[in-house]
Amino acid sequence: MVNASITTSAASTPSEARVGIRVDDVTRRFGDVVALDGLSLTVAPGEVAAVVGPSGCGKSTLLELVCGLAAPDTGRVEADPAALMPQRDLLLPWASALDNAALPLRLRGVGRTQARAAAAPVLAEFGLAGFEQARPAQLSGGMRQRVAFLRTLMAGKPVLCLDEPFAALDAMARADMQRWLADALARDPRTVLLVTHDVEEAVLLADRVAVLSPRPGRVVAEIAVDLPRPRAATDPAAVALRAQALEALRR
Amino acid sequence: MMALLLVAILVGAWQLYADLSDVDDLILPSPSEVATALWDDRALLWDNLLVTAQEVALGILAAVVLGFVCAVALHFSRTLRRATYPLLVASQAIPIVVVAPLLIVWLGFGMAPKVAIIALICFFPIVVTTLDGLGRVDRDTLKLLRTLDASRWAAFRFAEAPAALPAALSGAKIAVAIAVIGAVFAEYSGSSEGLGHLILQAIPQLETARAWAAVLVLAAFAVALFYALDLAQRRLVPWTATERNP
Repeated sequence: MVNASITTSAASTPSEARVGIRVDDVTRRFGDVVALDGLSLTVAPGEVAAVVGPSGCGKSTLLELVCGLAAPDTGRVEADPAALMPQRDLLLPWASALDNAALPLRLRGVGRTQARAAAAPVLAEFGLAGFEQARPAQLSGGMRQRVAFLRTLMAGKPVLCLDEPFAALDAMARADMQRWLADALARDPRTVLLVTHDVEEAVLLADRVAVLSPRPGRVVAEIAVDLPRPRAATDPAAVALRAQALEALRR
Repeated sequence: MMALLLVAILVGAWQLYADLSDVDDLILPSPSEVATALWDDRALLWDNLLVTAQEVALGILAAVVLGFVCAVALHFSRTLRRATYPLLVASQAIPIVVVAPLLIVWLGFGMAPKVAIIALICFFPIVVTTLDGLGRVDRDTLKLLRTLDASRWAAFRFAEAPAALPAALSGAKIAVAIAVIGAVFAEYSGSSEGLGHLILQAIPQLETARAWAAVLVLAAFAVALFYALDLAQRRLVPWTATERNP
């Protein structure tokens, strides 16, 4: 049901994805500060890639490049159309949960009634039935993140760029949301670039984990996560991969 | 409740001062005399209030519409903003006492010059607060809208305009008080009706209590208008409601 309602409203469907994400030897400077230095990363269509790194290593800059919000100083970025889920949910405070979720359709010129009709079933699917008319201030942190994620999905783009989507949540809510996101991606697969500083989250959700160095950021290790889903944080194999990623972070 | 109590204390103090000191009634009438005038002249005060209220309402409406349009234009064009912002500030610095009689000569004795004067005074706070509201939309929100393929117009319609609405209404609330003062000035400069005109006439006729009664009515009108806008703000932009609302 999620697939159907989103596909009808999408400008381009996930199946059209061909490139995925290709970041090739990219440098990005802000004045004297070098945020990214020779970063290369390839994400295949339909793959979920996590990027972990210390704070300030240019993770958000990488997402801006992939979303086309900025151009690299040197190097090349090639990616299918990407929708960004920012670190803060940035829901419009005056709009209801339903209207926030339907925003990408409205921005493309779809009428109010039609946009709401398209978003309503998906909102219910995401456990927000009964909260359609609630404003963001009336929703819990987890609910707000779900609305924000739904808004990102409704953009109908093959690539999702998630910038520390659950960083603001407490541990319990974060665990719930990670499970929930894994479910949502299983039902509606997309190419995902997930930026996080949480190695456990990366191993739980991603097919591959890229470890970034401290600023200037470049990829110092790539770890394939070949574990069956659904995954458990306590699975010994997951724990071993986590240790491997942490080891790479510390080098 | 607290507001009523405070008013009672102030009126009591005024009454005591008027009774106990040897200030002439013609200079400072006591509250009881003002109350008597308020009752005796109620028809006169009401008729003149209607005139002034109409001037103020039309003036504020004109200022809100022009102010909002102007703020949007300035928001969209940096060149326009740079070119006209000093002029905008100058418009607020214009000595209205000087301009008002000129406008009366130009626009005639009727409603038009009063509306123009009030709109001129109220225009500035509305433009400045609206422009501020338009500019205060989170940069990250605008970035997000760009990744959602929003056109410049769509970003304005779905993010900037709703964000500026509370600011515009706050500007209008600031404008209310000065609009009433503006109306009195405008009527002083040449008119045959209105509360400002009534005050101007009452003083040389030594009807000081009537003048004070008119001032009281003007103040009550401003307060009513302020709360009407406050109510409108809560209805139109409920997401900004805070417990700081009076």
